[in-house]
Amino acid sequence: MIPQMVAARVVDARGSVCPGPLMALIGAVREQGVGDVIAIYSTDTGSRKDIPLWVNKAGHELVGAFDRGAYTEFVVRKKR
Amino acid sequence: MDENPKKLAMVVFSGTVDRLFPVGILASGAVAMGMDVEIFLTFWGLQAFAKRSQGMPPKFSVDYADMAPMFAQVLKQKNVPSPMETLRTAKQLGNVKIYACTMTMDLLGQTKDDFIDLVDGTAGVGEFMDRAKDAQTTLFI
Repeated sequence: MIPQMVAARVVDARGSVCPGPLMALIGAVREQGVGDVIAIYSTDTGSRKDIPLWVNKAGHELVGAFDRGAYTEFVVRKKR
Repeated sequence: MDENPKKLAMVVFSGTVDRLFPVGILASGAVAMGMDVEIFLTFWGLQAFAKRSQGMPPKFSVDYADMAPMFAQVLKQKNVPSPMETLRTAKQLGNVKIYACTMTMDLLGQTKDDFIDLVDGTAGVGEFMDRAKDAQTTLFI
């Protein structure tokens, strides 16, 4: 079950190559408040490993990584 | 992030884009993983950061000259940010310090004003080594 939630911010990084989506996510998470949910769309293959790794390392929560066909949507909750 | 950030040190000797791309990308990855980054620009690497080099068509390593036109086209088509733009983003998100080699500057009669604002300052090899000596990862590019 995916809990219902509204992203405080959606970052569309589709078309951006490595490390673009990861850096865009880091910048967005930094600007949001603790507890906010941030969604990012990426077509970069490296994001599938890089984004969960960063989220874990930075102490946030990966709510999910969803295959949207042509891209992946990562949903992150800022924890600190 | 970590209480004692780890560090990536890079000596950037090469000035062709095929080698400058990894500089920007590796610096970004290091920043993402909470590492500090120290970059020492020397010779051709330093010249790529000169104000007069900006806006020039990207130079590729002659080893890959046959693939250069195709690669340049792909970069443009896919709207890939330049190594300079990538470094700028990395600097905004983390602790990335970029130094110009004083020896190269002396040889070519250059001053810090000859370089773009990404360059934080100048350093001799001794100063850079002092900054780099506690880096866990050191690269010569």
